[in-house]
Amino acid sequence: MGVGIKISDLNAWYGTNHSLHEIQLDIPANHATALIGPSGCGKSTFLRCLNRMHETNPIARVTGKVLINEVDIYAESSPVEIRRRVGMVFQRPNPFPTMSIYDNVASGLKLNGFRSRRVLDEVVERSLRQSALWEEVKDDLKKKSGASLSGGQQQRLCIARALAVDPEVMLMDEPASALDPISTAKIEDLIFELKSQYTIVIVTHNMQQAARVAENTGFFLMGKLVEFDSTHKIFTNPRDKRTEDYITGRFG
Amino acid sequence: MASQSLRPPLRASNVNVFSRRIKSNIVSGLALLATIIVIAPLIAILFYLLKQGITSLNWNFFTKIPVPAGESGGGMENAIVGSGVVLALASLIGIPLGIGAGIYLAEYAGSTRMGNLVRFTADVLNGVPSIVMGIAIYALIVLPQKHFSALAGGVVLGIMMVPTVTRTTEEMLRMVPHAIREAALGLGVPAWRSVLTITVRTASAGIVTGCMLAFARVAGETAPLLFTAFGNAFQSTSLDEPIAALPLQIFVYAVSPYDEWHRLAWAGALVLIVLIMASVALVRYVTSRGMLKGAS
Amino acid sequence: MTQPAKIFVSESSTPPPDAKQPVKPSVVRTFLRGRGNSAIADGTFKALVFLCALSIFGIVILIAWELISRSHLTLAKFGLGFFFRSAWDPVNNDFGAFPFIYGTLVSSFLALLISVPFALGVAIFLTEMCPKWLRAPLSFLTELLAAIPSVVYGLWAIFVLIPLLRDYVNPKLMFTLGWTGFFTGPNAGYSMLAAGVVLAIMILPIISSLTREVMTSVPMVQREGVLALGATRWEMIRIGVLRNARIGIVGAIILGLGRALGETMAVTMVIGNRPEIVKSFLAPGYTMASVLANEFSEATGDMYLSALIEIGLALFLVTIVVNACARMLVWAVTRGAPARVA
Repeated sequence: MGVGIKISDLNAWYGTNHSLHEIQLDIPANHATALIGPSGCGKSTFLRCLNRMHETNPIARVTGKVLINEVDIYAESSPVEIRRRVGMVFQRPNPFPTMSIYDNVASGLKLNGFRSRRVLDEVVERSLRQSALWEEVKDDLKKKSGASLSGGQQQRLCIARALAVDPEVMLMDEPASALDPISTAKIEDLIFELKSQYTIVIVTHNMQQAARVAENTGFFLMGKLVEFDSTHKIFTNPRDKRTEDYITGRFG
Repeated sequence: MASQSLRPPLRASNVNVFSRRIKSNIVSGLALLATIIVIAPLIAILFYLLKQGITSLNWNFFTKIPVPAGESGGGMENAIVGSGVVLALASLIGIPLGIGAGIYLAEYAGSTRMGNLVRFTADVLNGVPSIVMGIAIYALIVLPQKHFSALAGGVVLGIMMVPTVTRTTEEMLRMVPHAIREAALGLGVPAWRSVLTITVRTASAGIVTGCMLAFARVAGETAPLLFTAFGNAFQSTSLDEPIAALPLQIFVYAVSPYDEWHRLAWAGALVLIVLIMASVALVRYVTSRGMLKGAS
Repeated sequence: MTQPAKIFVSESSTPPPDAKQPVKPSVVRTFLRGRGNSAIADGTFKALVFLCALSIFGIVILIAWELISRSHLTLAKFGLGFFFRSAWDPVNNDFGAFPFIYGTLVSSFLALLISVPFALGVAIFLTEMCPKWLRAPLSFLTELLAAIPSVVYGLWAIFVLIPLLRDYVNPKLMFTLGWTGFFTGPNAGYSMLAAGVVLAIMILPIISSLTREVMTSVPMVQREGVLALGATRWEMIRIGVLRNARIGIVGAIILGLGRALGETMAVTMVIGNRPEIVKSFLAPGYTMASVLANEFSEATGDMYLSALIEIGLALFLVTIVVNACARMLVWAVTRGAPARVA
């Protein structure tokens, strides 16, 4: 089951560069929320603040409150614990090259000390089914390395890997931007399926993609959240002129 | 070639260009000559070694210990075993320390002042003559114990391995793509586990070859063993006694007046060279194939 | 600043959350919730690897400490003059290291004189002129040269180089250059010259490979810019590459010097081991490293040992300074990329 995210007064810096300004946002549970905006507007930075990946950069800084299921992830928890509850899929597929497909999917559990072989087998199968990869790899689970798959398959592998730890939230940073159209379509179908079980936040450059998969969309511009509303409203009748300019392609 | 495509017309004012071009060709010729003069003797050395060594290598070499001067049939078995013992101890000391330091430099110190200081010191330590290292360990271990020992030999070779292993480990770890580390962190894997089981594992082939290089380098070292391991005419594997080592034995036999011992020295040199050449070749092979299997 | 409007719009097409709750996920979740934040393990690991890094400092400090503390006897008795006197009388505890210093310096500079032109030539050939297919095998061969142990060079030198010098080269040198005074006297073969030649062969790969690294780090635009002005190949190398890499090349040469200063086995086997200062290069000599190799294990008497250790201390300090300077020069050109020298 997914959970809601409440963001208040979020600011983020890279060194002296103030990349996010006073973000206030409520992300609903069990919905897919898309974040759109031109390059460099801070949407990826914002995403990475939700699972505390932003602070892995030594010059990065964050202030503000992010409540996931009423738990302040900065004040009341640690990065490692949060990242087990908030999964992330990156722009470029990054399976572990020295591990088999099975080990890749199970890595989130095995590397945290999980030992039960029987449960691991079930979790791996469930995750691969959820990411629509099971049928394609079920015979080569332990024989093929994670890196030997095609781009689209690798990304679905990464999704399976993220799902295996049973997170409450799934963050996706332009997950299909490095993939071909067929793989992209498969990933979008995936997101549609997963919505019912997880809260999904997806950053995308592709406005059509946002329109296809997300119920709600937020528009970022220069580190600020300009507008947040249902996808339908954003794309047909945005309230802010800047949103309208971006949607209609006047810049971006 | 620029000078050919810009061939100027033949005029008096272009004589300068001619002489410049001639000078260039002379220099090119000199460089080529230098390379030949360097490479040819090297190949000659290797062939001479091979010739002298092969004729002296026989079964006895690997199975017998030295016999008194003048007699034949002796071998270097104790030296080979002794080298094995000393190198094993050296690896036990040098490899963990080196890999640990390499991990620190690659994962925690980055470009910080401390990191640069460690790197610089490692490079400088690399340049300290091995005999000076031998003296220091002599003072540290041999003097208090009042006898030479394989332990002292292992320790000195071990600390000689540290700078090499550190630098190569750091280099290999830096080559692991950032995306892989992010993937591990994003899963909620603790930092220490991510470094050890993901980053180090991905770079493992490269790290192993770095250790092999360090191993090959200290395998041929004689000077530091002169007054630590000291050498032993008999079979010994005890850490508490002086022990024979292949390069040591080669040295003693080479400067001796006995032909039979010279023969053995050549055979030993050949064994040493083959070992080292194999390591260098293996390192090159693994590095050229790309040790990050499949990582883009 | 536009505030976002209220969120939930019910005409969105979300299917109601399914009541289908498989049992397995909660097993995973409960397991992971109970794992804790591993702050202790992280801290311990970081401390461990930091200790390993500190060990490098520890090793250097250890060496310095042992060398200084164990040579205090002669340090006290002779002071700095130790390095300027010529005496070596263990029986009467009279020590002076000047012959060894002389031997070390002369043999090293001879080595540089011989090897630098060739090293540069090889480096220029391999980086600027060599056809691609030849580059790998040739650089592999130079790497091999660097990997051959000192004692093997010494072995080869005793049985091949010395007879060669003694029977063919030295007589010619004595004939043509004897008037300079550097090539006179008894021709035993075991000599400063032999040591210089062997050292030259040994340090050549280091100078060459480091020079190559420095030269390849000069960006292509420098070469192309000079070529575009109509330069010949040599001019391109001289102006476009060497001028930029000058500092690094000096660093490479100094690094070779550092290696030559500390080289022990091969030198000991061919230099003749006589602690005398003679003008002729054909006469035997003695270096700091050689006297340590020959006499250390038989040194009886605290003063004797102290004298030897003091020589070791001098060698330690000199090579550290030389190597530090060399590394800084090379770093200046290659921007701190690790210089892979055996």
